[in-house]
Amino acid sequence: MATVAEIPDPRVRTELWRPLSRAGSRYWIAVTLCAVIVAAGLAAWGYQIAKGLGIAGYRRPVFWAFYEADFVFWIGISHAGTLISAILRLTHAGWRKPVTRAAEAITVFALMIGAILPLIHLGRVWLFYWLIPYPNTRLLWPNFRSPLLWDLTAIFTYLIASSLYLYLPLIPDLAQLATRSRGWQRNLYRLLALKWVGSDRQWHALERAMKLMAAIVLAIAVSVHTVVAWDFAMAIVPMWHSTIFGPYFVVGAIFSGIAALVIVMASLRRFLHLESYLRPLHFDNLGKLLLLMSLLWIYFTVAEHLTIWYGKQPAEYSVFESRIYGDFAPYFWSMVILNFVVPFMLLSIRRLRSIRTVTICAVTVLIGMWIERFLIVVNALSRPRLASAWGAYSPTWVEITITAASFVTMTLLYLLFARLFPVIAVWEYEDVAHG
Amino acid sequence: MDQQDTKPHRWGMAIDLDRCTGCEACVAACHAENNLPLSTPDSAAKGRAFHWIRIDRYYEGAFPDIKVKFMPVLCQQCDEAPCEPVCPVYATYHNAEGLNVQVYNRCVGTRYCANNCPYSVRFFNWFEPVWPEPLTLQLNPDVFVRPVGVMEKCTFCSQRIKRAELEAKQESRSLRDGEVQPACVQSCPAEAMVFGDLNDPASRVSRLAQSGRATRFMEDLGTQPKVFYLKRGE
Repeated sequence: MATVAEIPDPRVRTELWRPLSRAGSRYWIAVTLCAVIVAAGLAAWGYQIAKGLGIAGYRRPVFWAFYEADFVFWIGISHAGTLISAILRLTHAGWRKPVTRAAEAITVFALMIGAILPLIHLGRVWLFYWLIPYPNTRLLWPNFRSPLLWDLTAIFTYLIASSLYLYLPLIPDLAQLATRSRGWQRNLYRLLALKWVGSDRQWHALERAMKLMAAIVLAIAVSVHTVVAWDFAMAIVPMWHSTIFGPYFVVGAIFSGIAALVIVMASLRRFLHLESYLRPLHFDNLGKLLLLMSLLWIYFTVAEHLTIWYGKQPAEYSVFESRIYGDFAPYFWSMVILNFVVPFMLLSIRRLRSIRTVTICAVTVLIGMWIERFLIVVNALSRPRLASAWGAYSPTWVEITITAASFVTMTLLYLLFARLFPVIAVWEYEDVAHG
Repeated sequence: MDQQDTKPHRWGMAIDLDRCTGCEACVAACHAENNLPLSTPDSAAKGRAFHWIRIDRYYEGAFPDIKVKFMPVLCQQCDEAPCEPVCPVYATYHNAEGLNVQVYNRCVGTRYCANNCPYSVRFFNWFEPVWPEPLTLQLNPDVFVRPVGVMEKCTFCSQRIKRAELEAKQESRSLRDGEVQPACVQSCPAEAMVFGDLNDPASRVSRLAQSGRATRFMEDLGTQPKVFYLKRGE
């Protein structure tokens, strides 16, 4: 693309490597602040392990709440990398170059966070390994009929695949960095670069591996969020037991994934001064993708709720009722505004589509999608079939701290990543042997 | 797989709703028998009270012309129990006598079973249970005290079933109908509850289950409960 070829090689290297060698005091303040909040989250978790889940706001019948909503949210965010970068890579979209690595890193970090949340939600986390199929003297195996087992399998597959997918395109950059840096960083880069010298054979192998991984990761990503949806849809809980939950969740995941990517890109552009790489064009294109996903999301949301309303099955309708004009209506309608009304108005009018508006929409979408997960989990559970068991849930400081810490963990991991690795693939700007 | 053919018992219960007065003697008896964690006004307000059996109230008509109907609800010991397949560690499963059992030691606390139970009869140990003195002295030594982080629910008083079976075995005889009585059945002053073997066609519970007054709760979900509710046709 003309937009990227304009920047000469040496300038690319200087600009993209600059964050790796220098970090101002503002950076370290940010890292410290993040670390403190993450530590607070871990402390809250420790307290919860010591005292019992009761210090969180759970109650019968709301046996799942914040942690499960957070879990679905973070697994959803992880779709940023794979789907955006894999689709764009497979379709040879030239504008993807400065976007892909930022996205792939989100995937890996979001999955790490997402994979921890089910542990936080366990009543007896110290026995979590009973969920893993390992040979043992008691000949006890986990129950493969349980969607939670499918979930565990899917998420670990995805974590491994997406880590590889982030790592592969990093290799040429790592080899270059190894020649440039000193001390422990040099050793780290050299170790990770796997003796990359940039021979034709190596380039060829890398290209093939990346293409293959893109295809594999794409398939896994779709299946992972379908399986996450099945954690709910396989249950006979009213408003969970829905056949469209699989695709509905995948759409929601890609939607929130793009939003997360936009926010990360806007921050990188601002703080790392990457204005000449992350250009209005990229935000414009991602804005269009965000708009498309917003339309798909509202389509699924309407399809899901219209059928419930029309059918008026008592068990489902009582959940529907509380969602549309009952206790949960404020959440539902703010979700619709944040996920559809705002993005639709700001993104469908070309004149209004700018870096600022796309970023604003990304923020509203992230909030809206978190509310969506909260509604799916808590709203449905608070109205079980028997009215005698109905109950209202409200979180305590424990869930709130841990949820906040999950967001800050993302920030912290990204801060460290951007300090150690170039957030944009440098080699993709150089007309060397690749391609 | 065919253990049910070799094991003769298939435990079931019949509850006569026309007899139930809603006195909650069954609830109190269950608490005492099964070492249920203390349920206080505070824990009830927080939605954390434990009642393996509870009395649901249904109001018909409008004040002052109101009629209250009581319905004792306990684990329905479903043959097709929705709680069972969703447990990732087989902590809840079907035993040879058709009971839906909860293995406390195996439970890791995903709480999925409780979400998937349409009868909302499962309870989670949010905290390590504590009993103020001297209540610890009345804990039933035959029943496990559940630790923090595990799910629990009605067992049909499996400890009483076990004890009766062992006694019968020692005396080389088969169990008599009515010999096993869960605490709730034993304590019901209105004699609204009957417990027994559904595989024995002559047992009281079998005959009541066959009666025209018998229905099963939320049968349309296909859960195949083993608790039968008896009530007059309207």
